[in-house]
Amino acid sequence: MRNNKSGNQLLMTILKGRTFIVLILLVIFFSIAKNNFLAPATITMIAKHVALYGILGLGMTFVIITGGIDLSVGSVVGLIGMLAGGMIQEGITLRFTGNTYYFSVPVIVVAMLIVGCLIGMINGLIVTKLNVAPFIATLGTMYICRGFANLRSGGATFSSIGGFEGLGNTGFKTLGSNIANIPAGVYIFAILALLSAILLKKMSFGWYVLAVGGNERSARLSGIKADKIKILVYMISGFCAAWVGMINTAQLSAAHPASGDGWEMNAIAATVLGGTSMAGGSGTIIGTIVGAFVIGVINDGMTMCGVSEFWQKVIRGMVIILAVVIDQTQRNLQAKMALQARNAN
Amino acid sequence: MFEDPNVVLHCEKIDKIYPGTKALDGVSFDLLKGKVNVLIGENGAGKSTLMKMIAGIEQPSAGKMYMDGKEVYFKDTNAARAKGIGIIHQELSLFPNMTVYENIFIGHEFKKGLFLDDKKHQEGARKVLARLEHEIPPETMVGDLRVGQQQMVEIARNLIQDDLRVLIMDEPTSSLSAAEVKVLFKIMRELLADGISIVYISHRLEEIMEIGDHVTILRDGKYVADADVKDIELSWIVENMVGKNTQYHRFKRSIDLAKAEKVLEMEDICLPKQGGGWLLNHVSMYLKKGEVLGIYGLLGAGRSELFECLMGMHPEHTGKITYQGKPMKVKHIAGQIRSGLALVPEDRQRQGLIQTLDICKNTSIASMKRYQFGPFLRSGAEEKAVDGEISQLHIKVADKKLPILSLSGGNQQKVVIGKGLLTNPTVLLMDEPSRGIDIGAKTEVFEIIHELSEQGLSIIVISSELKEIMAIADRIYVLSNGKCTGELEGEAINEDTLVRTSYAGLGTGAGAAEV
Repeated sequence: MRNNKSGNQLLMTILKGRTFIVLILLVIFFSIAKNNFLAPATITMIAKHVALYGILGLGMTFVIITGGIDLSVGSVVGLIGMLAGGMIQEGITLRFTGNTYYFSVPVIVVAMLIVGCLIGMINGLIVTKLNVAPFIATLGTMYICRGFANLRSGGATFSSIGGFEGLGNTGFKTLGSNIANIPAGVYIFAILALLSAILLKKMSFGWYVLAVGGNERSARLSGIKADKIKILVYMISGFCAAWVGMINTAQLSAAHPASGDGWEMNAIAATVLGGTSMAGGSGTIIGTIVGAFVIGVINDGMTMCGVSEFWQKVIRGMVIILAVVIDQTQRNLQAKMALQARNAN
Repeated sequence: MFEDPNVVLHCEKIDKIYPGTKALDGVSFDLLKGKVNVLIGENGAGKSTLMKMIAGIEQPSAGKMYMDGKEVYFKDTNAARAKGIGIIHQELSLFPNMTVYENIFIGHEFKKGLFLDDKKHQEGARKVLARLEHEIPPETMVGDLRVGQQQMVEIARNLIQDDLRVLIMDEPTSSLSAAEVKVLFKIMRELLADGISIVYISHRLEEIMEIGDHVTILRDGKYVADADVKDIELSWIVENMVGKNTQYHRFKRSIDLAKAEKVLEMEDICLPKQGGGWLLNHVSMYLKKGEVLGIYGLLGAGRSELFECLMGMHPEHTGKITYQGKPMKVKHIAGQIRSGLALVPEDRQRQGLIQTLDICKNTSIASMKRYQFGPFLRSGAEEKAVDGEISQLHIKVADKKLPILSLSGGNQQKVVIGKGLLTNPTVLLMDEPSRGIDIGAKTEVFEIIHELSEQGLSIIVISSELKEIMAIADRIYVLSNGKCTGELEGEAINEDTLVRTSYAGLGTGAGAAEV
């Protein structure tokens, strides 16, 4: 009995740190399979990708903890890229005066973040006030945003996103450049991750998010405005997607309307790998960060090893299912141990 | 205007109308200052509904509330809380995914600037739990606690309020052990000494005699009587709770049940409760052919669970079941239906009907196999069988292809009964068959039960309405807190015994020993 118990505890520790263990195993595996895997250039490249999935994952974590889902983030990435690229390359022309205005990069960044929040707010309003299931609501806005991304340019690419000295709108590419050998996106990811962790752990808002996901009825009875909390989490998700839209555009030096296609799945995968329950009520920021690294390492590692794109999809799918199965096992084990502890008292 | 220094809150002619029912009908209620105000009534009498109005969870359809001589209106729980009204809910309203201290302080967080002051939370949680004599570590997840401990956390949440004036306790002791109840009563006396007024709802009558000051009785959403506890006895409460008005005529039986063989026999049925204790605690009973057997008990006494065991919904139960003279292995629902058991479930909308299907399909769905020819459905045979039930049960339908929700509650219930009968059962289990239907339909349902039993069908009926069960049942078992506390037959069936035995398994008696 005693043996069994300590055995359970060991298993528990392994299960709790499972994503991190998987990450280390993956890094070891790829560094043996490909000897330049740990070269600075490779690490920089992976970090660049991880930052993109990771930032989306941060917003997704809040949404999934409340029991929702946000499928629109990939399209928001594309739409924000097109809006930002358009603002730099073409400026904004007012129909009735015929004048064209150009804006400085900080103004554009702030404007894009506001647009991201507004799209999130629309998602939240559809979910709460119109009572549409989050999956359907954000599936709808996913198509709408992708449509507008294409409509902005008629499907074409904005390639002069460097801005023009004479118009005073240069500097956007900084978001995609390296600062002290580290991609700018990584700094932004780090700052946003820190802010998210503080928001979730150290502020009332975090408690309310957990409460709404854990038991919405009780949350309402406790005087928590559940609708407001839900709208806010979608706004956070939209805010994060807007950052990714801009960073991605800057990294590519061009805005494509198809950018970010399918990235919502990477964000969800990172979140779920990080131990956030799809049923809502539990999840951590650090988990999502590790999850984003796992996704990034698998994607880039497989590409470097020459695994075909088709097999990559198969393997990614299997990893996600496996992660959730292990997650269930851990929960069951935890419940069992809690019961044991209770009976022992 | 209303002003009385002894009354902290006054309700004036409160109505609450839900679609189809009037849960409260012109109820006036005085909440006395510094007293334990007890509310008593049968299930569905409107006690919890009235408390929801006072706590701001729901709003009255008509009527007014006054505090300190001024009219008050609580649009939500925050508005009620601002006036110092706290409530301990009947069903726990905790967050299992959060820690004890988070649960206690959510909605009333301490902050240092923008950030939460978790040190202060943990300290506060420890203090309030010590006061409740339950030193649960504040970092424990609430989902990992026993139900009794969770109940204490729920109580603790309300005690942290400084300006608490009224504390509503809706069946707070239903999941507490005897020792925990003692602590709770001690706390209640302390609160009274601090000038806090308490509203107490409980089914445990002997508790009310111990802790209560003033009793108000509700029945069918109406005020019946009120009195000081020191002036009354238990029998007065029972009398007012049950009432003398409604009477159903008792059916005459042509079958001699004394000679009938036993169809179903259950011995020592046990079903463990999650988090300790028993939902069913060594229950034994038998059913004879053609008999109408009643099961009476309070909410949570284990009545529905007994049916669920028989239908194969709880394969984890233990005990021996003998069916038609042979031992029965209960495996799954489909197998039980095949062996000849049918259930008319308690919650018609959630368990009895499939709202998206029409009347015909709802009736035939449990016996679909009978109308199959290979993989195809023989619509003719199906419709003929459904028509048979419609005429046998006098279901009033214009067209059996209409949506099920186009029927009245009574006719919907008959469809559910018809569905059970189409499976050709030997034993019919009916869980609260008269719930939520009007008086005319009730009488019809009772007539159906009587007719079916005269045809030789054995029926078990669960009801929490005394008058009903006394009218239709040949014999009655009483369940209380998972135990079978009484078996009454013929002349021995009377209200007083039924009510008393239905409380026998609770409280400070034998049932309190479990922890």
